[in-house]
Amino acid sequence: MEKVNIRHSISKRLLLLLAVFLSFSQLNYSQDDGGSSLGDPAKGKELFNSQCAACHKPYARSTGPALHGITEKRDIDWLYRWIRNSAEMIAAGDADAIAIFEEYNETPMTAFPQLSDQDINDILAYVEQPKPEPPVAAAGEAAAGAGAGAGVSTNIIMAALTFVLLLLVIILVLVNKTLTRFAEASGVELPEEEARKPLWKAFAENQFLVLSSSVILLLVGAYFAYGYLMQVGVDQGYQPVQPIHFSHKIHAGDNGIDCKYCHSSARVSKTSGIPSLNVCMNCHKSVSEVAPETATEEYSKEFYDGQIAKLYEATGWDPTTQSYSGEEKPVKWVRVHNLPDFAYFNHSQHVTVAGVDCQKCHGPVEEMEILEQYAPLTMGWCIECHRETNVKMEGNEYYEKIHEELSKKYGVEKLTAAQMGALECGKCHY
Amino acid sequence: MSSNKKYWKSVEELNENSSIVETLKQNEFVQEIPTDEFLGDKENLETSKTSRRDFLKFVGFSTAAASLAACEGPVVKSIPYVVQPERIVPGVANYYATTIADGFDFASVLVKTREGRPIKIENNKLGKVNVGANARVHASVLSLYDNKRLKNPLIKNEPVAWERFNREFKERIEALNGKELVVMTQTFASPSTSRLMEEFKAKYANVKHVVYDAVSESAALDAFASKYGKRALPSYKFDQADVVVSVGADFLGDWQGGGYDSDYALKRVPENGKMSRHIQFESNMSLAGANADIRVPVKPSVQKAVLAAIYYGIVGGGSADLPEAVAKKVAIAVKNLKSAGSKAVLITGIQDKDAQLLALEINEALASKVMDVKNPRMIRQGNATQVKELISRMNAGQVGGLVTVGVNPAYSLPNAEEFKKGVEKLDLMVSYAMKHNETAELAEFVGATPHYLESWGDVQFTAKHYSLMQPTIKPLFKTQQFQESLMSVLGKEISYYNYIKETWKTILGATSWEDALHDGVYVASIENVSVEGEEMAQTEMNVSGAARKLASSQGKGLELTLYVKAGLGDGQQANNPWLQEFPDPISRVSWDNYLTVSRSDAEAMGLMNKHVANGGLNGSYVDVTVNNVTLKKVPVLIQPGQAKGSVGLALGYGSKAAIQKEMQVGINAYSLYQNFDAVQDVSISKVEGEHEFACVQLQNTLMGRGDVIKETTLEVFNTKDKKHWNFMPVVSLNHEEKPVSSPEVDIWQQFDRSIGHHFNLSIDLNACTGCGACVIACHAENNVPVVGKSEVRRSRDMHWLRIDRYYSSESTFEKDIEKKEGFDGLGDSLGGFGQLEIAAEEDVQVVFQPVMCQHCNQAPCETVCPVAATSHGRQGQNHMAYNRCVGTRYCANNCPYKVRRFNWFRYNHNDEFDFNMNNDLGRMVLNPDVVVRTRGVMEKCSMCIQMTQKTILDAKREGRLVKDVEFQTACSSACTSGAMVFGDVNDEASEVHELKKSDRVYHLLQHIGTDPNVFYHTKVRNTSEN
Repeated sequence: MEKVNIRHSISKRLLLLLAVFLSFSQLNYSQDDGGSSLGDPAKGKELFNSQCAACHKPYARSTGPALHGITEKRDIDWLYRWIRNSAEMIAAGDADAIAIFEEYNETPMTAFPQLSDQDINDILAYVEQPKPEPPVAAAGEAAAGAGAGAGVSTNIIMAALTFVLLLLVIILVLVNKTLTRFAEASGVELPEEEARKPLWKAFAENQFLVLSSSVILLLVGAYFAYGYLMQVGVDQGYQPVQPIHFSHKIHAGDNGIDCKYCHSSARVSKTSGIPSLNVCMNCHKSVSEVAPETATEEYSKEFYDGQIAKLYEATGWDPTTQSYSGEEKPVKWVRVHNLPDFAYFNHSQHVTVAGVDCQKCHGPVEEMEILEQYAPLTMGWCIECHRETNVKMEGNEYYEKIHEELSKKYGVEKLTAAQMGALECGKCHY
Repeated sequence: MSSNKKYWKSVEELNENSSIVETLKQNEFVQEIPTDEFLGDKENLETSKTSRRDFLKFVGFSTAAASLAACEGPVVKSIPYVVQPERIVPGVANYYATTIADGFDFASVLVKTREGRPIKIENNKLGKVNVGANARVHASVLSLYDNKRLKNPLIKNEPVAWERFNREFKERIEALNGKELVVMTQTFASPSTSRLMEEFKAKYANVKHVVYDAVSESAALDAFASKYGKRALPSYKFDQADVVVSVGADFLGDWQGGGYDSDYALKRVPENGKMSRHIQFESNMSLAGANADIRVPVKPSVQKAVLAAIYYGIVGGGSADLPEAVAKKVAIAVKNLKSAGSKAVLITGIQDKDAQLLALEINEALASKVMDVKNPRMIRQGNATQVKELISRMNAGQVGGLVTVGVNPAYSLPNAEEFKKGVEKLDLMVSYAMKHNETAELAEFVGATPHYLESWGDVQFTAKHYSLMQPTIKPLFKTQQFQESLMSVLGKEISYYNYIKETWKTILGATSWEDALHDGVYVASIENVSVEGEEMAQTEMNVSGAARKLASSQGKGLELTLYVKAGLGDGQQANNPWLQEFPDPISRVSWDNYLTVSRSDAEAMGLMNKHVANGGLNGSYVDVTVNNVTLKKVPVLIQPGQAKGSVGLALGYGSKAAIQKEMQVGINAYSLYQNFDAVQDVSISKVEGEHEFACVQLQNTLMGRGDVIKETTLEVFNTKDKKHWNFMPVVSLNHEEKPVSSPEVDIWQQFDRSIGHHFNLSIDLNACTGCGACVIACHAENNVPVVGKSEVRRSRDMHWLRIDRYYSSESTFEKDIEKKEGFDGLGDSLGGFGQLEIAAEEDVQVVFQPVMCQHCNQAPCETVCPVAATSHGRQGQNHMAYNRCVGTRYCANNCPYKVRRFNWFRYNHNDEFDFNMNNDLGRMVLNPDVVVRTRGVMEKCSMCIQMTQKTILDAKREGRLVKDVEFQTACSSACTSGAMVFGDVNDEASEVHELKKSDRVYHLLQHIGTDPNVFYHTKVRNTSEN
């Protein structure tokens, strides 16, 4: 085991070194940066993300043009005027302004009169930073290699151990054989074993043993058969491969998007609704690629970008022209949570009325790279919750009277869903 | 011990050297079995290494594998919108106000859509006229998903694009070179379509417009036109009528466009000791007749004399010759009409201009406020004279082209053969139709038109009541409205939607277009409306001459009255399985039309009806001949209440084109509809054979059991105490009589039902007209399957809600009870009960009783279920968990109301039941909130728990209390007559809470103590003869 530890620490050290090297290299870059003369790129980044990022990207065309290299193209005063009020410039007949306005489908740019010269300088400094090369990939690879090494090593150890064991057994057999041969050669009389009754015969003759063991066998068999049958149709842990690798971890976890932003019908409808693709495009019109940090060991940046490309294909969005082609290919998602038709479940009852967290039934979705069925979705599971959960009645006029009467009847302050009648067959089966 | 006997198989064996014996010993079979033939390729078989053992192994393995694989859940795909429409939230229903106007049915409706699919029709309560969707309107949503619809326009039976269709259509119109082009349309009653037709006529001088109603009201229209100068029909406000006298008018059915039942019902509920009096003279038993206080069965020829007699009675100036019994009733009618004065009305359904004129005159003479001629109805415009003229002109070769729109003359014309010959002489035949029907089959150009739920349109119900039609789904097929097609022929750039908007600029006053479209209805002030249709000069009328003519009306032998059924109407929706399976409210027969005959006529002609061992009804066949036109093998149904010497036959059946095999039922009676007169002299002759009916109710009488339907007369109701007419049954406790409702005599434990909601359904037998809208609404809401004719015949119909119809055995139900009570000893009972089983012949009382699961608080079904699949909810509903049910059917056997329905088969995805649930299109109508039941489970009315749960959830989500009107069931919301009221009895502000306190309340079979949550109101008849 010590060996393993050493291995591990070596890889860790390697990683550390690499990280240090990388951070140095980045520092070097920023120091070389020509744009720094304009302003503070760090402040600029903040401003850019809050004000400009909805329509602009530094290095790619979005709703508006890519901004990298803008200072070379345009005069700084022209830029100040344009950013503060572009409409005025167009109205005034500035040729450049009109050309841009027309190139970008006559989408007017929001005016930012609140930005000071210094603010604009900062933003420009930020966008004029050279495009960071993707050296991360190398680091990623190294890390991946190290990670994989650790994984492989345990296997190797296991294999080695097995090998050693096998070897020991073989040696034992060989030694035994040799010793017997020696004994034969030297004429030592080996004590002849008395022929004992075979074990199975003894077992078969003992009726008590046979009876009790067959009873046990039957019971165990029945137990497992019951267990097997009870899980038929229970798809807990069902984790199908989806046509687009949609990561709830990135969306709900890393970016903290509220579940109900996309699954909005959960508030009002019986279905939570798989979001229509136009909901995706609300953000993905401008998010055409993932940040380099998003990439993980398993899924590279290219992989994720490819998934976004699939979305663009489905919606017919052309990121280069920033327009829809009109060719739509609906996505055939694989449904993860399947309730049988005879069970009626209403999301809005649970989400809006009862205020149950989505996670209560769907598990830590924000940590799931690939979504899986968390709950068993069996009737027993529903019932259990209905027995235990108190109905949220505060401030809901509907419940006022019934709460008063029922709490008197049952002599309790809080009423469970079951006491409200949520265990009746007809509430879910019709 | 084995025997040493030798058995000889044949004489041949005696001969020891017989070669035959030797050969037979070797061969088990005389002839060699041609194994190669069924085993196929011999060579392959011989080389194959698969032995029998292997084969068994494979079978065993694959069975095991299949059962293992079945344990895996299927992969379910879920495909969201790419761009979700703004107003659609998956799982939440949207409602749109629109209007049906198919030429026969006109109604303002609300359409419930789910994920963009229309799934149910509701009443548009904002409307003032024709708001009551009848059974056909409720079922029309299924006709949208009709598999047999035309899917694209055709030229010479080849599918083409609309551009080409319209272009070639235009070219062909111009190629007519001034030869007459007739556009034969249904009644549109649409201001925009009229305007468009005017433009069409203005552009092409040779265009003529003929309106054709399959079931004609031409006589009434002509009479109105000659009296008031407009071709329209009077409106009637039955909610203001104290006395209604109807001579042959089924105004609770489809008389003059129907839709009068809700107003009528308002006056039928006794309030402050008053209700309207309804006297009906008719030959067939109709819905109106069944609801009448006094019904006088008379032959059609006598009806005319009755009308004349009433005229003379009111206006004076003559007398009509009537049988004494009828004259007595006429005298009562006249007396009632006179005493009610302006609050009385007389209506007639006789298709005769004189008769219609007389009716108008009588109402004028009474100064009736019930009849409204200032705001006349526009929803029947067919002109029989013009149609007749057209056909003769076609045959004379004077017509160049014919365009039919929304009509099917090749099926529905009495002289369809003549029409078909006429078509051959045309240069151009165009048919705009939803289906490739009989007429479309003749046409060179067939324009596939959309369903009304896919169309834009407008309707003028009456002079001032307008309604808008808007699409609730994108066209399912490549269809175009006639109007759109016509507009492209006219070279108009705008859409029909904008065209309507333009038209409505003149109609709408201060109201905005958006508001009108949202409401679906618009009421103009009477001053600034113009009635469409040509103004006519008021012609001088000879009323007294008309009366004389009617008074001397003479019948010759048997008289036939053609009528329309509540189910199929004029037959447009014959391919709709819901309507086919809908039992006729009167005869309770589904899947058929038949000749209704009175019992004495049947006996005279040797015709019979009998019940057979499997519970089905069989009837004789007859040939029916009218003016040399013979219908062969028409089944006969003996109809209580049918006037002697008269027979009846329903129109709308027997169509074959574009109709699924299963639904090609009945006989086409249109060929007897000669001269567009529903009354014909007829001769019938019995032929061999027995017809198998699918009748859902074979028990016709109540056998004097007053606890099923309680009823009384207005007199008794007003003067006597409740215990005389709504007696609470009693049981003996310690030799004391206690009412069954008291807890001490109950063997059941009582539960506290005062907390939370407690749903009750109130059914007023006075207001229920038996129309059957609720039956279809229930069908649509609850995914009730259609089982087909042979299954219905086996009493396996699946309707959750039925409307039982009972006839009295004596002249009234009261006399039935008296008779039963009067039985003395075994002798009386044995003969007497047999007599009680038979309904009275002519003088008969009828009552309708909707029965669904009664949701008993102490339910017999719940106690016998071995798996607790049916249980009681706190809110009063009797729950049925289908997934728990194992199908023992104990519950159905223990249900005293017989409301439980067993799924004998899987009715979806099953070719044996090839109805809407067996194709993708038809399944689109299914309600996603209600599960589709499978084989082997019991089902029944759930009191629309999905609707009550939704209402509760909406209230919870919005944090408010439920308003009373919010709680509805499919049946109660479909009921426009107010017979069914649903609500929470624990809510003291609710209507049902008030209704439950009424003296008229009783429970079905109260004495058994099931304490149901459905209660009925005792029927009160206004039968006093003065």
